[in-house]
Amino acid sequence: MQQTATLPPRFADWFASRGWTLHPHQARMLAAVGDPAVLLIAPTGGGKTLAGFLPSLIELDDSPRPGLHTLYVSPLKALAADIRRNLTTPIEALKLPIRVEDRTGDTPAGRKKAQRADPPHILLTTPESLALLLSYEDAPRIFGSLQRVIVDEIHALAESKRGDQLMLGLARLQGLAPGLRRVGLSATVEDPAAIAHLLARHPDPCPILLADPGPDPDIRMLTTDEPPPWRGGGGTYAIRAVLDEVRRHDTTLIFHNTRAQAEIFFHHLWMQNDEGLPIGIHHGSLAREQRERVEAAMQAGALRAIVCTGTLDLGIDWGDVDLVIQVGAPKNVKRLVQRIGRANHRYNAPSKALILPANRFEVIECIAALEAAKAHDLDGEPRGPGPRDVLCQHILITAAAGPFDETALFREVRSCGAYSGLSRAAFDDCLDFVATGGYALRAYDRWQRLMKKDGRWQLRDPRAAARIRRNIGTIQDRDLLKVRMRGRGEPLGEIEEGFAATLTPGDTFLMGGRVVRFETLKDVTVEVSRDKGRKPRVATFMGTKFATSTQLSARILRMFRQDSWPDLPAHTAAWLAHQRSVSRLPQADRLLVESFPWDGQAHTCIYGFAGRNAMQTLGLLLTRRMEVLGLNPLGFVSTDYGVLIWGLDPVTDPESLLAPDSLRDGFEDWLAGNAVMKRIFKSVATVAGLLDRVPPGGKRGGRQTSFSAGVLYDTLRKYDPDHLLLRITREEALRGLVDFGRIEEMLARTGGRVDHMQIDRVTPLAAPMLLEMGRVPVDGAAEERLLAEQAQALMAAAGLG
Amino acid sequence: MNGYPVPLAGATLLALGSGALWWAERRMLVVSDLHLGKSDRIARNGGAMLPPYETGDTLARLESDIMRSGAETVVCLGDSFDDPGAAARLDEAARLWLMRMQAGRRWIWVEGNHDPGPIELGGSHLAELPSPPLLFRHIARPGASGEVSGHYHPKAGVHARGRVMTRPCFLADSDRIVLPAYGTYTGGLRAQSPALSHLMRPEALAILTGPVPQAIPMPR
Repeated sequence: MQQTATLPPRFADWFASRGWTLHPHQARMLAAVGDPAVLLIAPTGGGKTLAGFLPSLIELDDSPRPGLHTLYVSPLKALAADIRRNLTTPIEALKLPIRVEDRTGDTPAGRKKAQRADPPHILLTTPESLALLLSYEDAPRIFGSLQRVIVDEIHALAESKRGDQLMLGLARLQGLAPGLRRVGLSATVEDPAAIAHLLARHPDPCPILLADPGPDPDIRMLTTDEPPPWRGGGGTYAIRAVLDEVRRHDTTLIFHNTRAQAEIFFHHLWMQNDEGLPIGIHHGSLAREQRERVEAAMQAGALRAIVCTGTLDLGIDWGDVDLVIQVGAPKNVKRLVQRIGRANHRYNAPSKALILPANRFEVIECIAALEAAKAHDLDGEPRGPGPRDVLCQHILITAAAGPFDETALFREVRSCGAYSGLSRAAFDDCLDFVATGGYALRAYDRWQRLMKKDGRWQLRDPRAAARIRRNIGTIQDRDLLKVRMRGRGEPLGEIEEGFAATLTPGDTFLMGGRVVRFETLKDVTVEVSRDKGRKPRVATFMGTKFATSTQLSARILRMFRQDSWPDLPAHTAAWLAHQRSVSRLPQADRLLVESFPWDGQAHTCIYGFAGRNAMQTLGLLLTRRMEVLGLNPLGFVSTDYGVLIWGLDPVTDPESLLAPDSLRDGFEDWLAGNAVMKRIFKSVATVAGLLDRVPPGGKRGGRQTSFSAGVLYDTLRKYDPDHLLLRITREEALRGLVDFGRIEEMLARTGGRVDHMQIDRVTPLAAPMLLEMGRVPVDGAAEERLLAEQAQALMAAAGLG
Repeated sequence: MNGYPVPLAGATLLALGSGALWWAERRMLVVSDLHLGKSDRIARNGGAMLPPYETGDTLARLESDIMRSGAETVVCLGDSFDDPGAAARLDEAARLWLMRMQAGRRWIWVEGNHDPGPIELGGSHLAELPSPPLLFRHIARPGASGEVSGHYHPKAGVHARGRVMTRPCFLADSDRIVLPAYGTYTGGLRAQSPALSHLMRPEALAILTGPVPQAIPMPR
């Protein structure tokens, strides 16, 4: 595709006055202006956003008109505000007759109302705010004039249900504005065609424009004098080395995989930051006020470094970042490459990045990730067809806007790439669930949510529309509690309810880089006070724990086949060589199982290399089977690479323990009462509209009226095991947190070829696992036993025993 | 019967893991806050269409407690129905099921705040049931003694090794017992809430329901 276009003279003059030239991909975007859909893949800093907006600015300058012309959707609220500021520059300089406004959850209600009455030419919004707009009766009037929609950071949206909701929304928009043209802007991804398939109206073609990716990044492993520790994920052993790098550069972003790790690292940085270098922290659990303060300081160039998590992954303009440090193995090559793109926002200058392995095993993973990044070998798990809980919500949103024809809606839904394979039967299932609850026991004849009138579906009770609007969205809310400083009420951030429940007054934890002391839990707010201590109890708000990708795991297994490892630091190479001499190294097409005694107990380690979620599931399944076989398992611990199980009796026949059929049977049983399944069900039921979403910071469960999603899950399993929501829950469990799909992949790849090494002592590869955190006691009767023990202890402590 | 023994005003009661209270001496089974018809009421008001199985599930558990105990008297301590119309809207199967359970035993409906007034079903309807030395009513009254009530849906949690186990619970002290909600779709009120901590004496126990009922000092 070599067509290009030139800028209209006024725009060309403005570009020239700023000393800019049109990038080739910007010119090609101008040439593609008439295409119904086009996807631009460009690295960060490549003028991607301008490439998306230029055609709109030119069209609106050419033929000014009232009404909404371009809709811009991004995954981050902050991005919408950022873009509005950036667009103001050319609009004011060129005196363009264009009004730009943003609309997100933070927009005041009055302004939102005004926007509906008199939409701007360009509206910047998020998928959730768009879904809300589409739920109003006046959606046809608002969007009738729409010409273009720009989906920014589409690679990030494509990985979640937010993207599916957005694409269903685009299908709706296309119905309201048939001439609508779609533009997707994406960072580097492994499979551009998959993104194009999501973006375009099915089966429209969607040309993909690839911008020059720029020079390869300068990316290395940060090595320290001291070898990394055997376990842990925080990288605190390398604080000095990181501070040295911060000192040598202007601005450094220090990425962590979890929020808790970011907090701990930040805390340690400050304890060793003798020069008082200005360093901030930024992650999703911090209060908005706190985050905004850091963002402002960053944009003002007042910070030398920011410790952060994935919240900074997306393309907010941070100015002159000249170094990115990734702490901990990146788990996923694509994310590593996208993060590195944060450094050096100037186009065509190499980005500079360092990876800091947090422990010995991560040294291997880091080297594998570096090789993959150099080879441009990106990873990604295909997402599968569009999720049906999102479709259920979409049907509700459609009904809230007005009566609809089911066949027309079915056709519209099938025009989304992700739903292009949806069968009429599957659609009817969702419609039936939305209308009647979809229960085997037809109980709600009189109280159906949707009724068919004159051949069109509509809400039985128009008041239900308000409830539907309140529940729009697909982001999974964890149960979070606000944290405030006692007395002054200064908000600090949020922690998970489960973590808060384990705190007793006087316990300390880290929040926003400070050690705070838990005082009380008031309603839904955790009150804390300042603590002078330097040793906090670890904060366990989670952030996301990613599993090492399939591709990266495969690369590590390939490295194990080498005779020697000149690329690895000597300490790590020696460790692998030692493992090879006393046992074996794991292989891709065989399953290594080691059994050894330790600390008076029989230990068995299975090197499945299927990622932490799948390995945890495997641990749960195997210990259940071992309990049945009378092997008395006591507990297990899992990592991305393996699962280590200990118990009273040794495993002598791992082949039969790992037989695929019995694992699968065990899986079906295990699904029954599992807490992870209940969590997945809760999210599915909330998205599909069965459960109300708790408003952020809203009152919850104060009175006896609310009851747990777990009760609904148990009830459905007992009385309606084939219900739509249970089927969706099971499908999600195969991916994600339960990830049985990767156990299947492991079983297929190893084909029953088990190498069972019975050894008289701990092996080098298994040793770090003995030190791993996150040991899981074996369940079953365990919870009741634990409860009884604790009850007795409490009674005894109270003198009542 | 397997349960946690709770003495009250000279009577010996057994808190069952199911959330029912058993008075062996009188062969009396007491349950509270069944909230039958809850999913129907919510759907009628334009709320969620919850799985419509809670009435059947609650009745099945009640039946199992009645059979196992051989109760001669069953006392439902109020809020047996989720709202005044719910008893009338009970489907035929549930109505027959209730009648089957009522056959051959005394059945007492105590009024609750959700279901005041008589219910169009068999059994006696009482504002409260005096049965010396005990008195059964829906909502506890401060200052009473020998009182058995429900209404609050108390729940309590225990933390152990990083997990929190929260269960509906009985609250018991030397004056009164507050029953947990028996209905399948009933939430709970934390024992720490002021309404409950003001009501109960400092030495009160919380008896957690579950396969084996467990007593702990009432969390404050």
